[in-house]
Amino acid sequence: MSLLRQSRNILSNLKAKSLAKRLMHFKFEPDNPSTNLGPTENMNYLKALTNAMDISLENDPTAIIFGEDVAFGGVFRCTVGLREKYGSDRVFNTPLCEQGIVGFGIGAAVAGSTAIAEIQFADYILPAFDQIVNEAAKYRYRSGGLFECGKLTIRTPCGAVGHGALYHSQTPEAYFAHSTGLKVVIPRSPIQAKGLLLACIRDDNPCIFLEPKILYRAAEEEVPVGDYTLPLSQAEVLREGSDVTLIGYGTQIHVLKEVAELAAKDGISCEVIDLVTILPWDADTVCTSVSKTGRCVITHESPVTGGFAGEVAATIQKECFLNLEAPVERVCGYDTPFPHVLEPFFMPDKWRCLQAVKNVVNY
Amino acid sequence: MSYNATAKFLQRVLCKQPLGVRTYSVEATFPIKPIDTHKLENTPATEVQINKDDAISYYTKMQIIRRMELKADQLYKQKIIRGFCHLYDGQEACCAGIEASLTPKDDVITAYRAHGWAYIRGVPVCNILAELFGRKLGCAKGKGGSMHMYSKNFYGGNGIVGAQVPLGAGIAFAHKYRNSDTVTVACYGDGAANQGQIFESFNMSQLWKLPAIFVCENNRYGMGTSVERASASTDYFTRGDYIPGLRVDGMDVLAVREATRFAKEHAVKEGPILMELVTYRYHGHSMSDPGTSYRTRDEVKEIRQNLDPIMNFREKIISAGFVTKQDVATIDAEVKQHVENETAKALASTEPDFDQIACDIYVTDTPLSIRSCNIYNQLHHQPSV
Repeated sequence: MSLLRQSRNILSNLKAKSLAKRLMHFKFEPDNPSTNLGPTENMNYLKALTNAMDISLENDPTAIIFGEDVAFGGVFRCTVGLREKYGSDRVFNTPLCEQGIVGFGIGAAVAGSTAIAEIQFADYILPAFDQIVNEAAKYRYRSGGLFECGKLTIRTPCGAVGHGALYHSQTPEAYFAHSTGLKVVIPRSPIQAKGLLLACIRDDNPCIFLEPKILYRAAEEEVPVGDYTLPLSQAEVLREGSDVTLIGYGTQIHVLKEVAELAAKDGISCEVIDLVTILPWDADTVCTSVSKTGRCVITHESPVTGGFAGEVAATIQKECFLNLEAPVERVCGYDTPFPHVLEPFFMPDKWRCLQAVKNVVNY
Repeated sequence: MSYNATAKFLQRVLCKQPLGVRTYSVEATFPIKPIDTHKLENTPATEVQINKDDAISYYTKMQIIRRMELKADQLYKQKIIRGFCHLYDGQEACCAGIEASLTPKDDVITAYRAHGWAYIRGVPVCNILAELFGRKLGCAKGKGGSMHMYSKNFYGGNGIVGAQVPLGAGIAFAHKYRNSDTVTVACYGDGAANQGQIFESFNMSQLWKLPAIFVCENNRYGMGTSVERASASTDYFTRGDYIPGLRVDGMDVLAVREATRFAKEHAVKEGPILMELVTYRYHGHSMSDPGTSYRTRDEVKEIRQNLDPIMNFREKIISAGFVTKQDVATIDAEVKQHVENETAKALASTEPDFDQIACDIYVTDTPLSIRSCNIYNQLHHQPSV
């Protein structure tokens, strides 16, 4: 693989990046890494993922990475250089067969390997739905604890990028949220991506790791270079506030942070919570917050009906009923297929979220 | 959607006699590369006869597809087309050759590399380009973009690798059920040939003797992986096991036409048949793939020089005396102008109206509200128009 060609690709990506930034519906603000995680380096979301996989391959001799075109670095360049470093018996291409990829991953994991599978787009994960839902999620339960594929992690790029249309924009978290036995994680930033991917890889349950692909190059921050994990199933309060709790995950967090800024100008104090893990999710952090604020807006890109916001809202109304000052608002994608040029109308952008904040405050 | 624009254009090209082409020969016979067969007693012919009008029509259509794809490439670089876009240049003889042995009543379904197919099945260039731009004039009303190509008896345009093949079997069942002598052509690539769904479709088709032609357009790379790296057997024409197969030179429109004629006869009488078309794509897998990291520039150049379906066919029709070099230059110039005109038409179209976002989701007699981002502002489902 010629470095020259790669750098050419990167150059053209840079050009694309400046355009993408102009069209993006959110603003990425870097986080400060925790000081006890040691020295840091500027990394984008992609590099943070590559770095996490590098650490896994280095420290765990049973770790393998496979998927469509991953040996060449993958279509999004997440696995660049790993085959060269660890050999083609550990980082290898599969044919185009998602059901086979996941099934193979379950087999490799149950036989003792740390299996890191890539499904090229989250939209393509559906041919593997059966393997994930019936086989992976329930292996431990249906064998009475004799077998499990906890060492399986499925990475997949998801979400809107501005022009992906029907087959390259979806985020299927809600389908998997219905399958106990899985863990479903969506990191919002490079620091999170690295720490959570390492956590998923080491977690003893099959994990689906959804990567909002618009963040791959748009999100850049100082990331600790060492080995660290971040806790799964633990939501994070990113901003404290007293009037409204804003809940989201992935790209929507960056939308919500901006909404909180905008609302502050109107004297509304917002608490922003990144759910981080969709399954099993951290209801405590959410309910503690909503009990305090009494108002809540939940947002995700996927369509509203059957979306995960519904589950969060149901839990909130049960746990915080007497504290609620207004009905829980959901700001999500429409109940339509993911549109092509009409994508900007579909997106739960900051203005819609802000409107929802005003609705709950003025209720 | 009508054939009109294209049909009129072709008619004009075919009927023009300014250069006195009518005095040349009207029929010729060409040898084609031997077609490999699997589990077949009869074999397709090794020589094919072709008349002048057909020859010029194939040439013109392939050239239009080529020009259209190059235009799409150019417009993509100008950012008029965004997102995903898979070009067909290099593979023109596949769709042109198959279509030449089909009737409009036969059905075709293919994957995401669908522009050439949409055109050959009757979608005018302006509707294809408009779809790529996401404009109203697009063949899917601009709602899908690239790969969302559909027209009568052309079932798309499908984005998930291999997913269209079982649909093809289902469509073939309809032909059998109606007892018509028509077939369904279900196309997939060498990459999709390794998807499990393909084998499920083979089994059902053979079990129920469906009039299906499974076409593997083997362009040698499934995204960035060469066939040898991805397939335990690269003899794709034999991979239907119990289904007979043909391996055809997919760079020769006449070989593809002859193989399809044979396959259609077989499919109607006996049941499914597999056809591997050995071809090549000049562009990368999609616009984000420069197509040079997993194959050499020399390889692409060599195929362009020696195996190009359009160049080679041009030589043939000149050598047969159907046309002169001058005639070909005239056709090429007209094709170029035609694509320019169609591009202008497509560019003049506007983006779909906002209410289209809630259109074509359900068929419903009662008004249906589509849940939107906030409960105070629901969308109303629009009936399809």
